[in-house]
Amino acid sequence: MNESANTVSSTERALGESTIELRQMHKWYGEFHVLRDINLDVKSGERIVVCGPSGSGKSTMIRCINRLEEHQQGDIIVNGTELTNDLKNIEAVRREVGMVFQHFNLFPHLTVLENCTLAPIWVRKQPKAEAEAIAMKYLERVKIPEQAGKYPGQLSGGQQQRVAIARSLCMSPKVMLFDEPTSALDPEMIKEVLDVMIELAQEGMTMICVTHEMGFAKTVADRVIFMDEGQIIEENVPEEFFNNPQSERTQLFLSQILAH
Amino acid sequence: MEEMIPKKQYAPGEHPEMPPPFKTKGAGLWLQQNLFSSPTNIVLSILAIYFLYKMLPGLLEWSLLDAAFTGSDRNECRAKAGGACWAFISERLPLFTYGFYPAEERWRVDLSFLFLVISAVALLWEKCPLRKPLMVFAVFFPFIAAFLLLGGNGVKLMVVLACTAVVLLLLYRGFSSAFMMVLALVVAVLAKYAFFGGIGVPFTDIHATQLVDLNQFTQLNLKTVSTDLFGGFMLTLIIGVTGIAFSLPLGVLLALGRQSNLPIIKYSCVVFIEFIRGVPLITLLFVASTMLSFFLPPGTTFNLLVRVLIMVTLFASAYMAEVVRGGLQALPKGQTEAADALGLKYGPAMRLIVLPQALKISIPSIVNTFIGLYKDSVLVIVIGLLDPLGIGRASLSSTEWNGLTNEVYLFVALFFFVSCYGMSRYSLYLENKLHTGHKR
Ligand SMILES: Nc1ncnc2c1ncn2[C@@H]1O[C@H](COP(=O)(O)OP(=O)(O)O)[C@@H](O)[C@H]1O
Ligand SMILES: [Mg+2]
Repeated sequence: MNESANTVSSTERALGESTIELRQMHKWYGEFHVLRDINLDVKSGERIVVCGPSGSGKSTMIRCINRLEEHQQGDIIVNGTELTNDLKNIEAVRREVGMVFQHFNLFPHLTVLENCTLAPIWVRKQPKAEAEAIAMKYLERVKIPEQAGKYPGQLSGGQQQRVAIARSLCMSPKVMLFDEPTSALDPEMIKEVLDVMIELAQEGMTMICVTHEMGFAKTVADRVIFMDEGQIIEENVPEEFFNNPQSERTQLFLSQILAH
Repeated sequence: MEEMIPKKQYAPGEHPEMPPPFKTKGAGLWLQQNLFSSPTNIVLSILAIYFLYKMLPGLLEWSLLDAAFTGSDRNECRAKAGGACWAFISERLPLFTYGFYPAEERWRVDLSFLFLVISAVALLWEKCPLRKPLMVFAVFFPFIAAFLLLGGNGVKLMVVLACTAVVLLLLYRGFSSAFMMVLALVVAVLAKYAFFGGIGVPFTDIHATQLVDLNQFTQLNLKTVSTDLFGGFMLTLIIGVTGIAFSLPLGVLLALGRQSNLPIIKYSCVVFIEFIRGVPLITLLFVASTMLSFFLPPGTTFNLLVRVLIMVTLFASAYMAEVVRGGLQALPKGQTEAADALGLKYGPAMRLIVLPQALKISIPSIVNTFIGLYKDSVLVIVIGLLDPLGIGRASLSSTEWNGLTNEVYLFVALFFFVSCYGMSRYSLYLENKLHTGHKR
C-alpha cells in the first residue's frame, strides 16, 4: 500500500487548474448554521479525503457541490460554472460531477445495465448501443460484467456499490464525489469497493471522498480535510495529518478512530 | 420422527446436506397446514365445511338443477321447475347488454367490444403476438369506438385518424412533450371541428341532431345513435373504461402537482382533490352541468353521458391522486437524489425513475380505486341512465316477469363480480411480474 502511495503522491504529478472552488460558503437548515465559512479549492486531478465526527456537515458540504443541497451564502464554482438558482447551470454541473452514495441508491426496477445506460441515453443523448458498449466497459472495470442483466436487489452490497460507481463513470464525469461509500458494507466487501476507488484515483480522476477508511486516505489522498461543527478545522497532506495533527479536536478524533 | 435422523458423527466442516426430516409437499400436508393446524383452526374448518354442506346443494339445485332455462313468461317457468327462472334473463339479455341501442345497429357495439378486447390484450399482456402494431391500434381505438357507437360521418373519422397518426409519428421521432401537448390540443380542436362543426372546446357539445345533415355526404356514414339509447353492460363498460383510462394519468398529474414547489399549482391541486373527495359522487352527478360550467367557457352545453364520463373520471382521479401520492412518499429520497445527481431533468426523472416505482408500489390501491369506480358506475341510475341495474329494475316491473328479483340481481352481481375479479387477478399478476429481487 505504501508503495502505491508513493507512486501516486501529488508531488510527482502536475495538478491542473481549479475544478471546484468553495468560497466563504455558508449553509443553514432553518435556524441551524450547518456549514460555516467553508473555503476549499480542488485542482483538477486532486484527491481529497474529508473526515470528521458524525453530524459535522461532511455530507452536506459535498452535496452542495452538485446542488443536492442549496447553499445560502458564498460562491460555489464547479468547472467554471457558478451554482446559482439557474437550472441550466445546475444541470451543467451535475452532468460533469458524479456521485456515489452511502446507500448506493441504484434504481431497483432497472437492470444493472439499464442503471448504467439511463443517464447517458437521456442526458448525454447517446445512442443506446453505444451507451451499452460504454456501460459494459465500465462494468468490466469494476469487475462485474457478468451481472449486467441482473437487478440490483439480486446483488451483494459490495457489488451494488461497484455498479453505482460504474453508473457514475458512464457519464464520464470530471469529478467524483463519494459520500461514505463503504460505511453500509459488510467488512469483507469494503476492500472490493476501495480497490475500485484506488484504481480510479490512480487513473487521475478528481475525487472528493468522505470516508473514515484511513488506509485509503494514506494511499491515495493528496490532502485530508478534517471537519467539525460545520467548519474545516484542519487541512494537510496525509503524512502530516496523521503523524502530526495540529488541532486538539483532530487529535481526539484520530485517537478515537485509530483506537480499534 | 426423531429416530429417522441418523445420529452419525462427521468431521468438522464435513456435514453433508440432508433432506428435511418432514414432508414438504403433498395433499395431506396441505390439509394439515391449512385446515387443521391448531384447535381453533380445526373448529373453524369443520364449521365452514358444515355450512358449505348445508348451503351448496340448495344453491346448486335452485340455480342449475331445478332451474328453467326456456319459457316465455314467469308462469311457464314455474310450471317447469321450482328453481330459478333463467328464461327471463336470456330473453332480456340483449336489453341487459345493449340498453336501447337499435337492434339493427348492434353489430357496431359488438365490433367496438371486439376492438376493446384486442386493445386491452395488447396493452396488458406483455407477450401478446404483434404487440407493437396492436398498441398503435389501441391508440386509435377511442376514436374508432366513438365513431362506431355514435355514428356519423366516416370521412371525418378518417381525418381524425390521420391526425392521430401524424401525432404518433412525431412522438415516435422524439419531439418534446410540451410541443406534443400543444399539437395534441390543436388536433383535438381540429377533430372537434371536423366532427361537429364550430371552433370550441372539443367534445363538450355533442348533439346527435347536429350530425344528421353531415351524414348525406358519403357512403361511409353510419346512422347516428343518440347516447340516450345507450344502456346495460355496454354503458358500464363505456363509463368504466373511460374512467380507468383517464383517471390514472389525471391522478398522477394531480399527485405530482400536489408535490410541486410552486404554490399556485400545489394549492389548486389540493383544493381540487379535497373538494372532489369531500363530495358524494351522486351529488357531483346531479350538479355536473352547473359545476362543469365553472371550468369551461360559458355557453358550452353537455350531453348527459359526456357529463357523467367527466364527473366519474374527475371523481376517480381525486382518489387516484391520493393513492399515487402514497406511492410517491413511500419511495426513498435517495432515488430522486440519484436521478438528480446523474443530471436527469424533472420530466425524465419522474417518468423513468420515480413513477414506475411509485405506481408499482400503489398497484393494489390503484386497482382498488378502479374497481370502486367501475362499480360506482351503477350510480348513473339516479340521473336517468340505464345501467344494468336500471335495466334489471325496469324489467322487473313488466307483467310477464314480475317478481323475479333474485335472478336479476344475481345476474347483475355475477357480471360485476367477474369483471372486478378479473381486475384483481391482473393486479396480482402485475405485482409478481414487476417484482425484481429482494427487498432490503
Ligand atoms: N435535511 C436536513 N434538515 C435539517 N438538518 C439536517 C438535514 N440534513 C442534515 N442535517 C443536520 O446537519 C448536520 C450535518 O449533517 P451531515 O452533513 O449529514 O453530517 P455528516 O455527513 O458529517 O455526518 C447534522 O447535525 C444533521 O442533523
Ligand atoms: Mg454523512
